Amino acid sequence: MSEKKIRLAHGSGGTLMHELIEDLIVGRLGNPALDALDDAAEIADLGGHAIEGGLLAFTTDSFVVQPLFFPGGDIGTLAVAGTVNDLAMKGATPLYLTLGLVLEEGMAMPDLERVLDSIAMTARGAGVAIAAGDTKVVERGAVGGMIVNTAGIGFIPDGVNISGARAADGDVVIISGTIGDHETSILVAREELMLDTPIQSDCACLGGLVRDALDACDDVHVLRDPTRGGLGTTLNEIAARAGVGITIREDDIPMRQDVRAVCDILGFDPLYMANEGKAIIVAPAESADAILAALRANPLGRDAAVIGEVGGEPGVRLRTSVGGLRPLLMLEGVQLPRIC
Amino acid sequence: MTGGIDFAAFRSEPAANALVGRINRLTERAGGTSERPIALMEVCGTHTVAISRFGLRAMLPPGLRLLSGPGCPVCVTPLIEIDRSIAAATMPDVIVATFGDMMRVPGSHRSLESVRADGADVRIVYSPMDALEVARKNPAKLVVFLGVGFETTSPIIAATIVAAAREGISNFTVLPFFKTVPAALDMLAAVPGRPLDGFICPGHVSVIIGSDAYLPVARDRNIPCVVTGFEPLDILAGVVMLLEQVVAIREATGSAGVAVQYSRAVTPEGNTTAQGLMDDVFAVYDAEWRGIGVVPATGQTLSKKYEMFDATKRLEIDVPTPVGESGCICGEIMLGRNLPPDCPHFGAACTPRSPVGPCMVSTEGSCAAFYKYEQGWRSGDPDGTEEK
Repeated sequence: MSEKKIRLAHGSGGTLMHELIEDLIVGRLGNPALDALDDAAEIADLGGHAIEGGLLAFTTDSFVVQPLFFPGGDIGTLAVAGTVNDLAMKGATPLYLTLGLVLEEGMAMPDLERVLDSIAMTARGAGVAIAAGDTKVVERGAVGGMIVNTAGIGFIPDGVNISGARAADGDVVIISGTIGDHETSILVAREELMLDTPIQSDCACLGGLVRDALDACDDVHVLRDPTRGGLGTTLNEIAARAGVGITIREDDIPMRQDVRAVCDILGFDPLYMANEGKAIIVAPAESADAILAALRANPLGRDAAVIGEVGGEPGVRLRTSVGGLRPLLMLEGVQLPRIC
Repeated sequence: MTGGIDFAAFRSEPAANALVGRINRLTERAGGTSERPIALMEVCGTHTVAISRFGLRAMLPPGLRLLSGPGCPVCVTPLIEIDRSIAAATMPDVIVATFGDMMRVPGSHRSLESVRADGADVRIVYSPMDALEVARKNPAKLVVFLGVGFETTSPIIAATIVAAAREGISNFTVLPFFKTVPAALDMLAAVPGRPLDGFICPGHVSVIIGSDAYLPVARDRNIPCVVTGFEPLDILAGVVMLLEQVVAIREATGSAGVAVQYSRAVTPEGNTTAQGLMDDVFAVYDAEWRGIGVVPATGQTLSKKYEMFDATKRLEIDVPTPVGESGCICGEIMLGRNLPPDCPHFGAACTPRSPVGPCMVSTEGSCAAFYKYEQGWRSGDPDGTEEK
């Protein structure tokens, strides 16, 4: 398809989106802060003024979700947690957020109040303050209810050095809990699916959980939250950034039975389903037990598990539950429901 | 649903190893070698994906070859029917409703995805009943549901058409491209130029049509048929059951028959209610299979009684006969003469991003499954160790 137009697949977190970002955007706007392409940028100086005792972490994210309210959260919890997590994945303490609201003509006022209450509660829980904001209203039908943008600032203390590029041979790969919950819950929440399951979005702020992991191990190499594109895509990003190989074991990946079943029915691969409250942690093997214990002591990390190791030829591989070994590629385009 | 399914019971490595051990012994006993392997064909896209996704091919001995038949309903849909779907989508006051798989399939010039980006009203639905709901909510538009699928899908669409008739929803229509499995197996069994020693028969389709539907193929063509489930251990067990029949045939101690590995879901007679529904709503016709050609009595279109729901009777959908060769060997792959990596376009000109043929774009297409899960695997390189 040679037509040069934006397609939905450009937003799915897969290879198309990566090309859009790297060729079109970074090509024009690149600078040292942006070029690292981690979840948040590291900023070391403020126009010539040094920052004492660490670095600033700075990030932004826009949120579109249908339906606006889903089991386990809503667009408000998502908007706070998403940006807080992007900061946390740099080992930063999240501090301030901005809030941009694009509202659609006709949106019910109680819905907006509900979203704002979620934002307030989630921000309070994460210890961040909304420091600035903006509202716009657009014509009916333009944005499907509302779009929320948040930007965030956090502080990375000296001694914390976390980046996708630091994954090294001999490291272990840890996931903080069950995968695929968020995107599966959204799918089920869309009324047309008529599946009756109690799957809840895992949407949560991970600042505290990350702090627990960093307290247990002062040499965590990589932290990433596998959002769009899921675990499979994020592991590929880590492997590519660090130029390493990663092998994970299907049997060790925590997954709810109902998430697996819904994905099986629809022909989706849970490894590519978005998460909104999970962290991938890559750290030296000898610290695995300490990190696991710290994660499991936190309710958000109850199901944490070591799922694989860093090593071997570059690329990501999956050892299947029956003993097969196969490549695990980055998601291409969007996952589409199958026929039968 | 929670806690109801114990997937671990169907995905255990020790159990898989035990089955692979039996497969190794049976393959050797049947005389399968890398030069002349025993060839088993699966004819269901869900099997295709499971075999690739669980890495089963690499676990099997070189004397055994798994071929991917025409099991993906999107892949067997000829180009002209894709063009018709796209043409319908660009007509005024038409909403095309479709399963997701069809969105990216390239037509002669466009895809549904690209005409949607230009403003055509194309909606992805999870069930034909959702398409009926779209028709209910848009009485001034004509809803065209793309009727792609085998006997797993077609009864649900038949039920939707009956519901539309009952409720008098006259703006719901179906573009019927349905295919049926048993007659296609008979055609595949007769294809010259490649060995075929057994069919891994589809589980879901067989729930509807029953395992007895394969008796003519097994008897007349002397090809073993085993109805197989979709978990990795199901598939390995199905392969064992097929190899047992192959050994019996080669040692002249038995002949081909139909066996059911997927006995937790499949009966000999199948779902007679669904069969009755199909008989009422559909009529058999000589369907064109992409890359294969017209195969007598292998398609379902709408019966006279329900023809008012046939989109081709309600819309003037004229598209030119597609011209030009893409060089795609989908047909050869679906006939079992080649595997996806044998195609010159595979992974080069043809990727999921810019597919040349439907086998690369559909979730259940054999090329997409190979690309996604078995890159590095090549014919004659069952370990996937050879450099690309």
